[in-house]
Amino acid sequence: MVLVLALGDLHIPHRAPDLPAKFKSMLVPGKIQHIICTGNLCVKEIHDYLKTLCPDLHITRGEYDEETKYPETKTLTIGQFKLGLCHGHQVIPWGDLDSLAMLQRQLDVDILVTGHTHQFTAYKHEGGVVINPGSATGAYSSITYDVNPSFVLMDIDGLRVVVYVYELIDGEVKVDKIDFKKTSTSHSAH
Amino acid sequence: MMLDGTEDEEKFLAAGIAGLQQNSFYMHRALDSNNLRDALKYSAQMLSELRTSKLSPHKYYELYMRAFDQLRKLEMFFEEETRRGCSIIDLYELVQHAGNILPRLYLLCTVGSVYIKSKEAPAKDVLKDLVEMCRGIQHPVRGLFLRSYLSQVSRDKLPDIGSEYEGDADTVADAVEFVLQNFTEMNKLWVRMQHQGPAREKEKREKERSELRDLVGKNLHVLSQIEGVDLDMYKDAVLPRVLEQVVNCKDELAQFYLMDCIIQVFPDEYHLQTLDVLLGAYPQLQASVDIKTVLSQLMERLSNYAASSAEVLPEFLQVEAFSKLSNAIGKVIEAQPDMPTVGVVTLYSSLLTFTLHVHPDRLDYADQVLGACVKKLSGKGKIEDNKATKQIVALLSAPLEKYNDVMTALKLSNYPRVMEYLDIPTTKVMATVIIQSIMKNGTHISTSEKVDALFGLIKGLIKDSDGVPKDELDEDDFKEEQNSVARLIQMLYNEDPEEMFKIIDTVRKHILTGGPSRLPFTVPPLVFSSLKLVRQLQGQEENPFGDDASVTPKKIFQLLNQTIETLSGVLAPELALQLYLQCAEAANDCDLEPVAYEFFTQAYILYEEEISDSRAQVTAIHLIIGTLQRMHVFGVENRDTLTHKATGYSAKLLKKPDQCRAVYACSHLFWVDDHDNMKDGERVLLCLKRALRIANAAQQMSNAARGNTGSVMLFIEILNKYLYFFEKGNLQVTVAAIQGLIELIMNEMQSDTTTSDPAADAFLASTMRYIEFQKQKGGTVGEKYEALKVSHAG
Repeated sequence: MVLVLALGDLHIPHRAPDLPAKFKSMLVPGKIQHIICTGNLCVKEIHDYLKTLCPDLHITRGEYDEETKYPETKTLTIGQFKLGLCHGHQVIPWGDLDSLAMLQRQLDVDILVTGHTHQFTAYKHEGGVVINPGSATGAYSSITYDVNPSFVLMDIDGLRVVVYVYELIDGEVKVDKIDFKKTSTSHSAH
Repeated sequence: MMLDGTEDEEKFLAAGIAGLQQNSFYMHRALDSNNLRDALKYSAQMLSELRTSKLSPHKYYELYMRAFDQLRKLEMFFEEETRRGCSIIDLYELVQHAGNILPRLYLLCTVGSVYIKSKEAPAKDVLKDLVEMCRGIQHPVRGLFLRSYLSQVSRDKLPDIGSEYEGDADTVADAVEFVLQNFTEMNKLWVRMQHQGPAREKEKREKERSELRDLVGKNLHVLSQIEGVDLDMYKDAVLPRVLEQVVNCKDELAQFYLMDCIIQVFPDEYHLQTLDVLLGAYPQLQASVDIKTVLSQLMERLSNYAASSAEVLPEFLQVEAFSKLSNAIGKVIEAQPDMPTVGVVTLYSSLLTFTLHVHPDRLDYADQVLGACVKKLSGKGKIEDNKATKQIVALLSAPLEKYNDVMTALKLSNYPRVMEYLDIPTTKVMATVIIQSIMKNGTHISTSEKVDALFGLIKGLIKDSDGVPKDELDEDDFKEEQNSVARLIQMLYNEDPEEMFKIIDTVRKHILTGGPSRLPFTVPPLVFSSLKLVRQLQGQEENPFGDDASVTPKKIFQLLNQTIETLSGVLAPELALQLYLQCAEAANDCDLEPVAYEFFTQAYILYEEEISDSRAQVTAIHLIIGTLQRMHVFGVENRDTLTHKATGYSAKLLKKPDQCRAVYACSHLFWVDDHDNMKDGERVLLCLKRALRIANAAQQMSNAARGNTGSVMLFIEILNKYLYFFEKGNLQVTVAAIQGLIELIMNEMQSDTTTSDPAADAFLASTMRYIEFQKQKGGTVGEKYEALKVSHAG
C-alpha cells in the first residue's frame, strides 16, 4: 500500500496567503510516500514545505511558478501504475477531458494528474483515470467560480487505486472516494 | 599582602581547620565528661580560629560552617546543663570570661539561645543584649558572620505572634526591632568592607563582597517570615526602616541588591499597598544603580500578580498603580540623565507589559506609555544601540501579543511614532512581526483607513527609505520579505464593494511606491484581490441611478490596467501578460467587449515587444490561445483580428515542434463546444494542415541535421487532433484524411532512416487502441469509427 498526495494550484502568495490550517494539520510528515504537484505553488517556501512532508516530490511547471526548472510534463511509475503529471495550461481547451485523454495516450499512463482549472475532477477514461486535484488553497480562478480548497490522496495497492478527495466546504473537510481497478492486460509499448 | 593569594589561602584554611578540629576534639572530650570549664576553654580556643583576617570570605565561610556545627553540639550541652540544675544566668555570665571578644560573643549567642528557650528572662531583653554586644566586632567579615550566627540561632525564638516567646512584654514589635537592628548593623559592615585593604584590589573585593550579600539579605527574609508583620506593620515599621538604611548607605552594590531583595521576599500585595513609599526611594538611590532592572522586576512581579487572579485587579485600581509607576519612571529617568537609551526603553517596555496585564481595557494607558517613551527618545535620532532596538521591538510586540490583533495596535496613536526611532533593518523586523501577527491570528483588516495606517507601520518593507543607500539584502531574504507583503494583501478584505474598492486603491497607492524590484511581488496579489471584487459585482445590476461614486467593474478594470502597466516596464513582461489575460477573461465574464479587447491588445503588445525568450514565448502562446478559446464576448471582427494574430504568433515560434503544437492548438479557436457560431470546420482543417506542413518541415530539418527523427511524435499528435474533431462532428475532417495520416505514420515508422522511438510506439499503440475502443462503444460514435479501416501496426 502506497500513499500518494496529489495537489496543485496553490498560488501562494498571489491568490492565497497559505494552505488552509485544517489541511496543514492533516498533512503530517511520514505518512505519505510520494507527492505529485501539478504546479503553481508559486514560491520556494511551499516547495520546501512539501519537501518536509515527503522528500519524494514531483513537480511540473505552472505558468506562475517562480522556479522555471520544473519540467512541463513528468511520468513516474508507482507499483503497478504509471502516472503522468502536467500542469495543464498547455492542454487546450483547458480542462477538456478529450484533450486531456490525448495527453494521457501520449504519455502512455494509467493515471494522468493535471491542474490549472482549480476544479476537482476524476474521470475513468478508456481504462485509465484522469484526475484534477483542484486548488489546495481554493485560489481564485478565471475558469472556475466558487473554488473550494481541495487535494487528492491516492492509495495505490496492487492493481487497485482508491482516490480520496478532501474538500474544504464552509470550514469542514469533506472526504469522497473513488475506486479504480486496473485490468491486468496492461497496455505497455509493443 | 600576599600576591599569590589562593595557594597561601589554602594553607591558612588548612591550618585553621586543623586548629579547629584539634580544639573541638578536646571540647568534645570535656563535653563527654561534663567538664564545663574545659568545654568553655576549648570551645573558646576553637572559636579563636575565626579571628583570622587571612581568608577570603569564601574560605572564611568554610571555616565558619565547621565551627557552626560544633556550636550546635555545645548548645545542646548547655541545655542539658541547665536541665541538670546549672543556672542559665550563671552560664550567661560565665561565658563572658572568655579572653577574646570574638569567641566570647559566639559563646554568648549560643548561651543566649538557650537562655531565651528557658524563658527565665524575656526574649526581647536577651535579644537586645546580644544584638548590642555584637557591636564589639567591627571587622566587616568577622562581624558579618558573627551576626549571621546570631540571626541563625535566634530566628526560631523571636517573640512573633503565636510564638511561645510572645508575652505581655514581648511583642512582635520587639522581634522586628531586633531583626531590623541586626540588619542595619550587618549592612553597615558589608558596605564598609569595600574600604578594607588596598585600592588596587577593589574589584576583587567587590566580587567577594557580592558573595556575602545573602548574609545581609537573609535578615529581610527573616522579616518576611515573621507572622506578626502584617501590612500595617510592614508599612509603618519595616519598609521605612529598611529603605532608610538602603538609601543612607549610599552604596551601589548594596542598593541594587537590597531593592531587588525587598521586591523578591515580601508579598506582592504589600508592594502594591506601599507603592508610594517604595517608588519614592528610587530617585534617591545612587546614580550608578541599575534602577531599570530593579524597577522592571517590580513591574514584572506586579504584572504576574495581576495575571494570577482577576480578584486582585481592584487593588491595582484602588492604589492607582499605573499612574504611580508611570510617575516614578519619569522621575527616575529625570534623576538619571545619563541613563542609556536601552534603560529608558526597558522601563517603558516593563510598564507597558504591566498596563497590558492590569488594564487590558485601557488602551489609552498603553498609548500614554508609548507617548512617554517617544518623548524621552525625541532628539536622539535613530537608535543605533543593538540592545535598545531589541527592547523597542519587545515594547512594540507587547500589544500585538496581548491582543492578538493588530487592529488594536493601530489604534495606538503613538505606536508609529515609536517606530520612527528604529533603524531600517529593525523597522523591517518590526514590520515582519506585525505581518506574522496578522497571519497567525487570521486578522482581517477591513477599512481603508486601517489599511493606510498598517502600510504606514510596515513601510520599511514597502519602499526604499529616503536617503539610505539601497540595502544589501540578499535576494532570498528580499523575496521572503516581499512575499510576506503579498500574503498580507490577501488579509485586507471587506464584503462591502465600496469599501473594498477603497482598500484596493489604498494598497495600490502604497505599493506603487515600491519600485521595480518590489512590484512583481506586490502587484499580482492586488490584481487578484481586484478580480475577486469584479466577480462579486459581476452578477449585480448596474446602479440604475447612475451614481458616479459607486464602484463598477469598469472602474476596477481601469485601475487594473494602470496597475499592470507598471509591471510591463520593469522586467516582468511575462507576469504582466498573464495578468492582462486574467483581466481579459474577467471582462469577458462581465460582457465588456471593449475592455476585454483592450486587455488582449496589451497582452499582444507585450508579446511582440518584450517577450523574447523562446520558452517564455511558448508558455505565453499557450496562455493566449487558451484564454482566447474561452472568450465569447467578441464580435466577429474583433475575434478574427485576435485569432489571426494568435495563429500568426504560433507559426513564428522558434522551434518547429513548438510551432506545430501551437498551430494545432489554434484549431480550437475555431471550434468551441456549445457555441454554434464558433464552429468553423474549414479553418480548423486549415490549422491542422498547417500543423502537418510544419511537422513535415521539422522532419526534414532533423533528418538533415541529425539523421533521425523525433517528428513522428508530432504526426501522432496531429492524428489525435484529427480524431478529436472527427468525433466532434467536423465534416471537413474525413475518414480518408485520417486513414491517409495513419498510413503516413506507419510508413514513417517502418522506414529505414527512422530510428525507433519507444515513446512514439507507445503513443501510436494507445491511439490505435483508442480507435478500437471507440469502435466498440457503439452508438453514433461507434458508427463513425466503424468507417475507419486500419491495419494494426506491428
